[in-house]
Amino acid sequence: MKFRTIQRHVREGFKNIIRNGWMSVASIGAVTVTLILVGAFVAIMLNINQMANKVEEDVEIKVLIDLTAEDKEVTELGEDIEAIPGVGTVNFSTKDDELKELVNSMGEQGEAWALYEQDNPLNHAYVIKAADPQQTEVIAEEIETFDHVHKVVYGQEVVSNLFKFNNYARTIGLGLIIGLVLTAVFLISNTIKLTIMARSTEIGVMKLVGATNGFIRWPFFIEGLLLGILGAIVPVGLIATAYYYVVNNFSGKTTFYFVELLPFNPFIWQLTAIIIIFGAFIGVWGSIMSVRKFLKV
Amino acid sequence: MIIMKDVHKTYTTGVTALNGVNIEIDRGEFVYIVGPSGAGKSTFIRLIYREEIPSKGDITIQGIETNKMKDRAVPFLRRKVGVIFQDFKLLPRLTVYENVAFALEVIEEEPERIRERVMEVLELVGLKNKVRSFPQELSGGEQQRVSIARAIANNPDIIIADEPTGNLDPDTSWSIMRILEEINIRGTTVIMATHSKEIVNTIKKRVIAIENGIIVRDEHQGDYGYEI
Repeated sequence: MKFRTIQRHVREGFKNIIRNGWMSVASIGAVTVTLILVGAFVAIMLNINQMANKVEEDVEIKVLIDLTAEDKEVTELGEDIEAIPGVGTVNFSTKDDELKELVNSMGEQGEAWALYEQDNPLNHAYVIKAADPQQTEVIAEEIETFDHVHKVVYGQEVVSNLFKFNNYARTIGLGLIIGLVLTAVFLISNTIKLTIMARSTEIGVMKLVGATNGFIRWPFFIEGLLLGILGAIVPVGLIATAYYYVVNNFSGKTTFYFVELLPFNPFIWQLTAIIIIFGAFIGVWGSIMSVRKFLKV
Repeated sequence: MIIMKDVHKTYTTGVTALNGVNIEIDRGEFVYIVGPSGAGKSTFIRLIYREEIPSKGDITIQGIETNKMKDRAVPFLRRKVGVIFQDFKLLPRLTVYENVAFALEVIEEEPERIRERVMEVLELVGLKNKVRSFPQELSGGEQQRVSIARAIANNPDIIIADEPTGNLDPDTSWSIMRILEEINIRGTTVIMATHSKEIVNTIKKRVIAIENGIIVRDEHQGDYGYEI
């Protein structure tokens, strides 16, 4: 295809949108409405996912080491733990560290414990985080089989329930997004199909004059692309404004440490890209599918 | 050069439109296709620009066998065959200029050459002053002249006209005929299906009469031959 032909197709694509008038407005409207829904939903889902990740990241395994273990054996245990596949970080925590942490965590009551500093009854410990938090249980079970391990602590019950809940939330969220996207594609391609159906005789005439299918298809491709991108403008503006407002007014004002929204920048740029690309995709898809039907004639 | 050998056409509905047609039309001829409604004239015409392919038999257009060509090659045949219809078939959302230019854009002609050629053919059909009008702003005769301009824009070897004067008043019809004759004199083959006894009997050309799917008469300098 010659460059001037590409120029021609782009020009025709723009011209078609203008000459289609209200039909174009209807298509852009359909894209706008669905993109607002999809965009808002994606923003909510990504934030829920982020919170779930944050909670999961805090899951750690504490390995209490036998009091009788010698330094060399402690080091060896550490090496063995690091060698387990899927282990992320391994930190050694002396019994003094452990006591400090205990004292801190108990506030005023903890001061009584401080007396034990002279004769610390606690164990040395390894604090382990799994590379993938979901593997915590598997790793913990393996560590339990090692020598010189006094006890493995990782909140068994809570952790498995938490993961179950998070996985449900993610699956349901993903399912809803997919459903919404399919509905959007259907709705938009139908609207675009109407605008193209009105032009089916035109396509027939173009073929009579000797236009190849590709030649006919290109301006429609450009038109769909533009409809999708134009339809993305309002949703992007709306969602960015709303998100800016929410981040500034709610972030850090709740008592739960994990309720923290994704920062406005860069999240809103990522979301903008998602919305625009998605809009362009459904615009193009809708118009190509509709034209294809008429090209077979 | 158009050659048809024992051409049959039966539509999927079971209707037989052509039933063994043999014909040769030479380069530069002017041919009328006449016959009663439903005799097979339109099918005959549609076979030439490969809107249809024969159920049986062979058709060769400018050396190309249409029943053997691939779908992808059809647009290139259409560029050698300009088509004019009773209902004009202009693109309603394009101006007169753009309608004619479309046929040239399709063959990826240079923009400057397109401009030149569009004005040239619009002058030939006498519509140079209407380039910016849209089809619905024109009279029937003017619209038909635009469709003729479009059909001849890329210098096709053959012009096919399916009742080009069917919707037009007598005066306008004569002006359309003058344009078609002019095109023919410049060397283009013209094949025209018509119901107009007056035109056929006045502008004497070869006449092919089709009835019940077969050619019943083929005369040079012929008459319309039917009473209406």
